[in-house]
Amino acid sequence: MHIAEGFLPPAHAVAWGVASAPFVVHGARSLVRDVREHPESTLLLGASGAFTFVLSALKLPSVTGSCSHPTGTGLGAILFRPPVMAVLGTITLLFQALLLAHGGLTTLGANVFSMAVVGPWAGYGVYRLLRRYGVPLMGAVFCGAFAADLSTYCVTSVQLALAFPDPGSGFLGALGKFGSIFAVTQIPLAVSEGLLTVLVMRLLVQSSRGELTRLGVLVTSVGGGKRAESAEAVAR
Amino acid sequence: MSRNARINTLLLLLVAALAVIPLALGLGDHKEEPFAGADGEAETAITEIDPDYEPWFSPLYEPPSGEIESALFALQAALGAGVLAYYFGLRRGRRQGEARAREAAGAQDADAGVPTGADGGRD
Repeated sequence: MHIAEGFLPPAHAVAWGVASAPFVVHGARSLVRDVREHPESTLLLGASGAFTFVLSALKLPSVTGSCSHPTGTGLGAILFRPPVMAVLGTITLLFQALLLAHGGLTTLGANVFSMAVVGPWAGYGVYRLLRRYGVPLMGAVFCGAFAADLSTYCVTSVQLALAFPDPGSGFLGALGKFGSIFAVTQIPLAVSEGLLTVLVMRLLVQSSRGELTRLGVLVTSVGGGKRAESAEAVAR
Repeated sequence: MSRNARINTLLLLLVAALAVIPLALGLGDHKEEPFAGADGEAETAITEIDPDYEPWFSPLYEPPSGEIESALFALQAALGAGVLAYYFGLRRGRRQGEARAREAAGAQDADAGVPTGADGGRD
């Protein structure tokens, strides 16, 4: 999903930067507020950022015969709500743009919009919706992480199709082209990201029950109940 | 192995299988460059659509070789994995410490015949 440095025309680069900036500023504010009100959650915040760091460095082969990587933004969005992920995702993208020549500064706005804004919101939305309809925690976490991953790559395809419409078939033709490169490749990777996010959430349910209860992911810590499902929130 | 550990192992095996199957089936064989990055393929698609497009900005720093680049990617993954491992290790240690403290307190209370003030809610 990284649009390479200089590969978006200046007008598009500026427009996506302007679109992303408010989300990152708002996210930074809510991050500072979260840490001030609940200093004990700093560690879990760091772990959520670390999950994004690992997953976005993990380039995996896919059924289309090309490689891509997950984003890891679903977990943090489910735990801390999407605004916080706008900041953590931006930090990851900056690291890759500055040190790895992966993505870029001129395309940072567009990449932040897909990976750190739309992805987390889509994942969080799917997670909340499924929880409201009584889907078990881990099912909702899987679908949320899957949606966060795949939607990121769909947005990248739209961004590129807007910037480079096909001379013959226009925007839709280009969307099909970029979509087949990004979105189709991403489907099995999004499944992998969903599975890994479920794994980390399972470990968190074991190790950080109190924290998850405070964040509203679990409803009450039923004293060491064997089945996690019994303690799950139906609605947050 | 406990049921929990079995499920976690199964999840990891599924992820590994999803990564290995495309390689094992040779799904990249139809390509000139099998299993290249999708980001790079998108750049190629851009130059197909608009052959005149010139990137107007280049990265401030570019890793001088593929080795350096993979080293930096490994560094990124290692940093993330390190923080995650620290988090889960710390949590586990704390839980064990609390359990031991509770046991010790319980033993003392039992000796003194004092009823235990239960507080199991703290994590």
